[in-house]
Amino acid sequence: MTALGAGRTAPRGLGVRVAEHVLYAVGLPVLAVGLWAVWSTRSANRFLVGPGPLLDAFRRTWIGPAFVDDVLPSVYRLLAGLFASIVLGVAAGVLIGRFRPLRETLEPLLEFFRAIPPPVLIPVAMLLLGITDTMKVVVITSGAIWPILLNTIEGVRATDSVMLETADSYRISRWERVWLLILPAASPRIMTGVRQALSVALILMVISEMFASSAGLGYRIAYFQRNYLIAEMWSGILLLGLIGVLLAVAFGVVERRVLRWYHGMREVTRA
Amino acid sequence: MPDTRPLLRVEHLRKVYPSGRGEVEAIGDLSFTMMPGELLCVVGPSGCGKTTLLKCLAGLLRPTSGLVEMEGSPVTGPSPAMAVVFQEYGRSLYPWLTVRGNVELPLRHQKLSRAERDRRVADALDAVGLPQSARSHPWQISGGMQQRVAIARAIAYRPEVLIMDEPFAAVDAQTRADLEDLVRDLHLHRGISTVFVTHDIDESVYLGQRVLVLSHSPTRVREDLVIDLPRERDQLTTRALPRFTELRTHVYAQIQRAKRAPAPAPHPAP
Repeated sequence: MTALGAGRTAPRGLGVRVAEHVLYAVGLPVLAVGLWAVWSTRSANRFLVGPGPLLDAFRRTWIGPAFVDDVLPSVYRLLAGLFASIVLGVAAGVLIGRFRPLRETLEPLLEFFRAIPPPVLIPVAMLLLGITDTMKVVVITSGAIWPILLNTIEGVRATDSVMLETADSYRISRWERVWLLILPAASPRIMTGVRQALSVALILMVISEMFASSAGLGYRIAYFQRNYLIAEMWSGILLLGLIGVLLAVAFGVVERRVLRWYHGMREVTRA
Repeated sequence: MPDTRPLLRVEHLRKVYPSGRGEVEAIGDLSFTMMPGELLCVVGPSGCGKTTLLKCLAGLLRPTSGLVEMEGSPVTGPSPAMAVVFQEYGRSLYPWLTVRGNVELPLRHQKLSRAERDRRVADALDAVGLPQSARSHPWQISGGMQQRVAIARAIAYRPEVLIMDEPFAAVDAQTRADLEDLVRDLHLHRGISTVFVTHDIDESVYLGQRVLVLSHSPTRVREDLVIDLPRERDQLTTRALPRFTELRTHVYAQIQRAKRAPAPAPHPAP
C-alpha cells in the first residue's frame, strides 16, 4: 500500500507508464486464460476444451486449405455485404434525409422493415435467389443496412442551417453540396451506423452459412458440432472473434482518418 | 460623381411571416438605395427584422412584396453579386475543410484556372491578415480569426456587395475593434461595397459612411443619416471626436424613440 501511494506522488518515467498500460491491456485476458487452463484440467465435461487443445485444433483446422475454402469466401461475403450496406444505406439516407415528403412517406414502411429480424429472410432469400453467394450477401445487406440508413437520415437532417445557408448564398452546386457539406456533416453519424453494422453483418454472415451452405465459417462450425469435433468447433468460434476484432481495428483506423476533424474539434471544445 | 447609378435599390420591401396567430409583419415598408463603393450600416432595435432584411437582400428569402434590385436587375435568388458573412462564424465555416478549403469553397464551381483560384485564395487570406493559417482547420484558430476566414471567403468570391450580419457580435471587444478596422480597410483600400447590419450604435457610426436607422417591427427606415466623419478613422482618435459623440447620441436617441413607439398589432388572419 505504501509503495503504491509513493508511486502516485513521485513523477514516473515513460517506461513505467508504458508497462502500466500494457499490464492493464493484457492483464485480464492473461488471467482469464490462466483460470480457463486450470479449470479445464479439472473439468470432466468433454464439450468444454482447454486453451492447449483449442490452439492445436485452430492450427490444424484453419491454417491450410480451409483458409481458402471456408474463411476467404466468408470474409468476401461479409465485406461485399458491408460494402453494399454502406453504399445503399448512405445514398438512400441522403435522399430520405434531404427530402421531407420522401421521409414522411417512407417512415412507417421503414419502421416495419426494420422490425423484421433479418435471419427470417434467409428462407425467403433462398427461394428467390437460390443457395448462392448473392443470397448470402443480400441477407447480410438486409440486416446491416438499417443502422447505416437510419443514422445517415438523422445526420443529414441535423445538418446545420447556417452551413446550408452559406452553401445557398455562394450558389454551391448540388453535387458539391452533397460531397462538401451533407456527407461530411453527417459523417460522424454515418460512422456510428457503420460501427453498429459491422457486428450485425458478422452475425448474419454466420447465420446465412449455417442455414444453407457447403462452405464458409458458419457452415464449418455447424459441421464440426454435428460431428462431435468439439475442439474444432471452438476454434471456429475463436476465429470468428478474431475476425470481429480485426474488423473493429480496421474500422477504427478508417474512422480516425475520416473523422479527424470531428475528434479534433471535440477536443478543442472540451478543453 | 463618376457613377450615379445605384448599385443596390430596395423599394417598398415588405416581408410577412405566417404564424399561429395570424401573420407577423417583420418588415413593413423599406426603401433605400446604395451607391457603388459605399459602406452602409443598418442599425435598429433588437428584433426589428435586420436579419430578415439581409436575407431578402442576399436572395435567401423572397420578399412578400416590393423589390430588391442589384445593378438594375431584380434579385430573385442567391446572386453571384452578393456574399454574406454570417454572425455565427462557427456554423458558417465547414470544420472538415481547412481554412484554405473554406475560402476556396465558393470558387470551386466557377470556371477558374488552378493558378487563378490559388491566387484569389492567397490574396483574400492576405487581405484579412491570415496568410499563415491556410492549412489550419477553423476550430484550431480563435473566434476572431475564424470570422476573418469567413470574410476572406466572401472577398475571394468577388461580390459586388458584401453583406455582413452582426458579424462581430460574438467576439470580445479587442478582437472586435481589430475586425472593425479590417472592414474599414477593405472599404477604403479595396473599394468593397458593404452593407453592415449591427445592433451596436457606436460600431455603426464608427464604420459607416451612412447609417440607416430602422424602426421597431414592422420595420421602416426611421432615418437615413450621412456620417460626416473623416475617411481615415482609427479607434482612438475617431471615437474621441466631438462629432462622433454627437452622431452616436443622435442615433441612440433615434433608437430609443423607435423602441418606445408602440408596435402596431399583428394583422389578424384573413
